Amino acid sequence: MTIATLSRRTLLQAGGALLASTALPTFALAQGAPAGGRLIVAADSEPKNLNPAIVASNGVFFIASKVVEPLAEASFDGKDGLAPRLATSWEGSTDGKSVTFKLREGVKWHDGKPFTSADVAYSALNIWKPLQNLGRLVFANLEAVDTPDATTAVFRFSKPTPLQLIRNALPVVSSVVPKHLYEGTDIATNPANVKLVGTGPFKLTEYKPGEYYRLTKNADYWGKGEPKLDEIIFRVLPDRAGAGAALEAEEIQLAAFSAVPLTDLARISKVPGIKVISKGYEALTYQLVVEINHRRKELADVKVRQAIAHAIDKKFVVDTIFLGYAAASTGPVPKNAPEFYDASVPTYAFDTAKANALLDEAGYKKGAGGTRFSLKLRPAPYFNETKQFGDYLRQALAAVGIDAQLINADSAAHQKAVYTDHDFDLAIGPPVFRGDPAISTTILVRSGIPAGVPFSNQGGYENKELDGIIAKAAETVDTAARTELYKQFQKIVATDLPLINVAEWGFITVARDTVQNVSNNPRWAVSNWSDTALKS
Amino acid sequence: MNRAIRLIRRRAISSIPVLLIVVVLTFLLLESASGDAVDAYLLSIGGGDATIAQSLRQAYGLDQSMLARLWLYFSSLATFDLGWSVAFGRPVLDLIFERLPNTLLLMGSATALSFGLGSALGIVAGAKPESIMDRMLSTGSLILYAIPSFWLGLVFSIVFAVQLRWLPTSGIETIASGKAGLARAMDIARHLILPVGALALIYMALFLRVMRAGMAEAWTLDFVLFARSKGLSRTRIVLRHVARNALLPLVTMLGLQSAAMLGGSVVIESIFAIPGFGRLAQEAVSGRDAPLLMGIIVVSAVLVICVNLLVDLVYAALDPRVGASEPNS
Repeated sequence: MTIATLSRRTLLQAGGALLASTALPTFALAQGAPAGGRLIVAADSEPKNLNPAIVASNGVFFIASKVVEPLAEASFDGKDGLAPRLATSWEGSTDGKSVTFKLREGVKWHDGKPFTSADVAYSALNIWKPLQNLGRLVFANLEAVDTPDATTAVFRFSKPTPLQLIRNALPVVSSVVPKHLYEGTDIATNPANVKLVGTGPFKLTEYKPGEYYRLTKNADYWGKGEPKLDEIIFRVLPDRAGAGAALEAEEIQLAAFSAVPLTDLARISKVPGIKVISKGYEALTYQLVVEINHRRKELADVKVRQAIAHAIDKKFVVDTIFLGYAAASTGPVPKNAPEFYDASVPTYAFDTAKANALLDEAGYKKGAGGTRFSLKLRPAPYFNETKQFGDYLRQALAAVGIDAQLINADSAAHQKAVYTDHDFDLAIGPPVFRGDPAISTTILVRSGIPAGVPFSNQGGYENKELDGIIAKAAETVDTAARTELYKQFQKIVATDLPLINVAEWGFITVARDTVQNVSNNPRWAVSNWSDTALKS
Repeated sequence: MNRAIRLIRRRAISSIPVLLIVVVLTFLLLESASGDAVDAYLLSIGGGDATIAQSLRQAYGLDQSMLARLWLYFSSLATFDLGWSVAFGRPVLDLIFERLPNTLLLMGSATALSFGLGSALGIVAGAKPESIMDRMLSTGSLILYAIPSFWLGLVFSIVFAVQLRWLPTSGIETIASGKAGLARAMDIARHLILPVGALALIYMALFLRVMRAGMAEAWTLDFVLFARSKGLSRTRIVLRHVARNALLPLVTMLGLQSAAMLGGSVVIESIFAIPGFGRLAQEAVSGRDAPLLMGIIVVSAVLVICVNLLVDLVYAALDPRVGASEPNS
């Protein structure tokens, strides 16, 4: 054996033997995985409440979506972009005041009790509508849920509610929890919020705080031949560099949600046996947005807002800050939502001369030192990219004579300063587009939202025409007419610029190539992984 | 023996006001930070509405005045109840007892290793001041001391875990391994090698330098001169006279370093994904979790007080001049 053929393993064993002889008698080579499949995944947070019916957020879904299922999941090729889960079909009445769901037969909860329409009715009326962070909006007008038989649930609304909205919201807001464990208890403190009981392909069998969540195969799962894996372990790895190292060392097989930093991707993609995948996040597109405080005199002038839009080089942002893993935005609806996306909105090409001219026109001439006015700029600290864009925006604004003072704070302080105290002029936020503008996009520009609501119209923008369109779309049952209203909505936002959309991005999954069926739906990381498998 | 008991009693009494001050200062510090636990929570769930925020603030008593909350905290503290963690939704005491052992293990091993190695190498360096060995060790320790612990941790992880694959990259034990007893202990030991190494090397450098300095000073003292004139062997002089004398400042240092190491463990625990005290503290701060953070600070303060007490006891045993009423041991 030459040096060249001396494999890493041999060295490893030699090293192991050396260490073992001195102090450590046992020396396991790999983290012992039973044949047939234990998938170990990096998780970077531990949600306090793991119940996706109450907390509809990606952090919760990442783990809970394998255990608790929604009525339908997003799909690349299904009708209306959906694949059935607990519901097999859904139909809206012509007056828009009811939606009938046919539910799957023969589904059992993890504790063996049968799943019925009563569970859906209970979840909708007692959790989604009154308690859930996103469901409150979608089901605001839900009055009753009729259950004529065990596999039919009829949602009744007090006002016409577009089926299109319900449909688009299903993957996010419709996680069903068992009525028999929640009825008559305090829902907020029910132990089942942490020790989840669902209908999904995996059961949550163990949680070791700070270390891991262990999900094991549900042998009674309704999907034939599913799940493929015996076990999924979510290993808590708070340090981002740690996830990359653990992947390389084959201690974990998958890291989703860009757990491996973008700057490490070029290197790690060259490691044999590791794949970098950017598919699978289409239905959870994040948007890089410049939030504007319209209470500030200068920013209330549309010419100034246009000037800021012209001062930003979106291509530079995409190429340099996102290293290409993003796209330039045109407006408040991302390209990944083709149902609504309209490219024919006003756009603002990178043009500092034009920006300078607009600012002159608005009456803010350059003063001594070339500065027109100063602004307080608060980039959200949640992502590296939002912070980096803050640095970039400061420079871009300086180029047109606007002096931006950067204020960096941690999450809680940023949230309070921007959304409660309105102590900012410009802020940089990463709102999420969740399949339908009505879920979490119109809230960014609608007027009359109280202070303290994260990811809302914190800039105090007011536009009666826009408010009117948003209100009308909320009750327009006809899908084509409703879609048309949202095209108008995009045009008005792109014209009047209550906020400036700069870029839109999905996350990156990094996986060992032994993991199969990765990223095969637009919400893959937060879907149920029933067909995910490990090549032996 | 009486002396030890008296010392312990005196310390216990004097530590009460210290703890009170620590709690009040922590509370005020956290109070002066912008944003509260509900702000942090709403962000973590990606949004909500004003009524959710209001009802949460009510549930956690965050809508009450600062003084009312402080009073509430003290009254529950009086019954040894550390309160309820907002960010984790669990009792603070449970969280602390879950995480403390990992940190004690990490800190204890790192302290023992750095103290042992540091003093031993310090003796070697100080035995012959200005020799080549001394210069090498002194320069080496200076370089080590200048390295930040997170960098050392990352390098260790890349070299020994990713490249060579001798050791695991992170965690406190093999997850869901089902190991028990000795096998589990060995597994934990294996996981601790890199984090303990990263933490210990830096403090080792400090102990080495203090030991060496102490020895260099002791060489010039009269009793060493006397020992040399008696014709004692060099080894005997170094170990019995010089090193023993130089050990005293090292023991003092040990007490001081225990607090610093508690801080250093925050970084190491994050890099190596060890569910410990430091990481809990970091999560408490970013979650604006006042009860949890105060619980952590109180327990840390008690820990530091205990370690310092222990150090004083050891000091008294080492140096008969401390507490002169006792006869020499």
